[in-house]
Amino acid sequence: MTAQEVRLCGLLLQEHFGEVVERIGTHLLRGGAQNLRTIANETNTPLDLVKKSLCVLVQHGACDFGSGRRGPGSPVEYRASCERVLRVLRYPRYIYTAKTLYGDTGELIVEEVLQRGHMTMSNTVKTVADRLTHNMEEGRSMEYSEVVSAFSKLVETHFLQRCPPVAEMGTAATSTTPATPSTPAAPASTAPPTAESNPDCYKLPHVTLIGRGKRRRSSDDSEEQRGGKKAKMDSESCGDEGIYWLVNFERFHQHFRDQAIISAVASKLDQTSSEIVRTMLRMSEVTTTQTAAYTQPLSANEIFRSLPPNYSISRPILDQYLSLLVDDPMEFVGKSGDSGGGMYVVNLQRALANLARATLESVVQERFGSRSARIFRLLLRKRHLEQKQVEDFAMIPAKEAKDMLYTLLSENLVQLQEIPKTPDHAPSRTFYLYTVNQLPTARLLLQHCYKTVANLIERRLFETKENKRLLEKSQRIEAILASLQASGAEPEQLTEVEEMITAPERQQLEALRHHINKLDSTENQVDETVFLLESYIFSTKTK
Amino acid sequence: MVGLGHSRGRGKGYMSFSIEAVGIGKGENLPPSILQPTPLFPPVEHKPVPLVMGEEGEYMLALKQEFRGNMKNLPFYVRPAISKKDVERYSDKYQNSEPSDNTIEWNPDRGSWFSLMIGFCPFLSVTDTSLSTRVDKEEIIHNLEVGITLEEEVTSDEEEGEKKKQEEEQQDGEDEYDEEEETDYIMSYFDNGEEFGGDSDDNMDEAVY
Repeated sequence: MTAQEVRLCGLLLQEHFGEVVERIGTHLLRGGAQNLRTIANETNTPLDLVKKSLCVLVQHGACDFGSGRRGPGSPVEYRASCERVLRVLRYPRYIYTAKTLYGDTGELIVEEVLQRGHMTMSNTVKTVADRLTHNMEEGRSMEYSEVVSAFSKLVETHFLQRCPPVAEMGTAATSTTPATPSTPAAPASTAPPTAESNPDCYKLPHVTLIGRGKRRRSSDDSEEQRGGKKAKMDSESCGDEGIYWLVNFERFHQHFRDQAIISAVASKLDQTSSEIVRTMLRMSEVTTTQTAAYTQPLSANEIFRSLPPNYSISRPILDQYLSLLVDDPMEFVGKSGDSGGGMYVVNLQRALANLARATLESVVQERFGSRSARIFRLLLRKRHLEQKQVEDFAMIPAKEAKDMLYTLLSENLVQLQEIPKTPDHAPSRTFYLYTVNQLPTARLLLQHCYKTVANLIERRLFETKENKRLLEKSQRIEAILASLQASGAEPEQLTEVEEMITAPERQQLEALRHHINKLDSTENQVDETVFLLESYIFSTKTK
Repeated sequence: MVGLGHSRGRGKGYMSFSIEAVGIGKGENLPPSILQPTPLFPPVEHKPVPLVMGEEGEYMLALKQEFRGNMKNLPFYVRPAISKKDVERYSDKYQNSEPSDNTIEWNPDRGSWFSLMIGFCPFLSVTDTSLSTRVDKEEIIHNLEVGITLEEEVTSDEEEGEKKKQEEEQQDGEDEYDEEEETDYIMSYFDNGEEFGGDSDDNMDEAVY
């Protein structure tokens, strides 16, 4: 929970949930687990607003609650999760991935579940069918069954999962018998249950949803209100009350990681090798645990059988490709045995480390130039070098090499290691070795990325605030235009209204839109780097 | 005052430390003196790489902006109860500002976890609390001042008889009349004239007596 992470989380909460939730959320992130009264007093917020914010945070999985520190009798304590809030940055990527895998229906399902935090299956299906119907032409509507099939596919491939069941700590707290010190604490209350611990995590409920999406017309409002009331009465029992679904971020991350590895192989070697690696990864999707260092061994025979039909390469060629992949210095694929024509694994951890290393090198290159990047790569490879050795190996004149090394040192990308020759550490009799440690440098860059995204968001908010008057005016004029067009006005009236925005104002609006789009897409791209670095750091944690 | 001129005549450039110790050698060129404040951002030697904007990038951009816009309309966007006004008006005390948050529509469905958040009262919306406090206030006033409460009851009964439907507004009106802040003025005293004059479409040639 570094300062940069908390700042970024605050900005994300503010943009999506408002200032009140931001205040409560930041307070929880900074202060750890707290109970309701403490939060209300320390943030000077009225109690009902605190309750609302906590409900919103729990609904979206950003906050967790558990029994207090002083045992079952103490008030409930709430904990916010920084990691979960940072996921909000990646929402567009999740939605886009669902679109590429399962089409528009999948995209809308994932979007709805992300917007609401968690939802029942019947609710999701109805809302998505309505939205799809709204976008279709007149007279056509979307069948519930199609949406249900897309939903089931998402669940089968583990992209959606059930919400974890609520911990049973309530019984311990409300029981009349006081807990004596000798009795052990209830096992369910110590750690919140994860979704994976539920054996029914990916089981679809038996729900019969028959119907079609309803098209909402803006003209008959009264009918819609009555229809809305009727819908509420209809949603009595589709049979899945209490079964809520949320998006399984880890599965999406696995997918992104696989994509990154495949594209790295494609750019380093060629398309066929990347297809082979893609096949191997697809075969080990369900057998590999999330934190595995490498996939389960696959024999060359299996790989040959599972290759996609349009990639008809002969068996000896496949063997050649596999040996090429194994010999490649990037070490994406490793050979773990000789049975079955050769047992091959994909080295996930090594691949992630290489991808992170490539990211670090490219960052140094873009910020400090290609010669500094050469020095950086040299130090990564050779670990510890003296200044003279750096100059010799990198083939850079002494003065410039010294300059570059000191710049990198001041940016903390390179560290200095002292090795004394004498016990009194005299500077003239000590070796000073330059070194680069990949993991701490990756962490440092990750924090830089968080700071970057926070700065981008702040700049975007600043630009919007500066031009608030102009934006409001343009929105009002658009609304007037829309209402005039709906009621059928003449073209002269429309042009007259359009001319209310002067040409320089139009230019200013255009420039503003361009800036905001640029800032937004930059956030998306920085998030890709964040994902790579986060995955690398996470993979090194679990040994 | 007398001691100030002491060190003047001692020699040019006399300082309490030796210049060599700081690192400026004798006769070396000092950096030029700065004539303006330092620039806001440090100069960038290497320009950043341009953004990768393909179809995918633009689609994700549109998704992101749409998502943000949609979140603002959902009940999860909690607005503070007090909307910031540009100028404080005296009439604010006597006019009800509408509840601006729409969380009234949303009740957390997961009843199980909701009830486990011990310390939570049942979900109250803003208007409920304000009405209940008004009722409490009424009760307090009734208990404290017996004679005045009889009078108030009589007047409020009269008002009930006079005025008709639109319960909430009328309730607020009659609650504020005499009990809230104990003013002597009726509600229309605090109108700031913004709603006036909306229906005067006919010509105003005839004078109004």
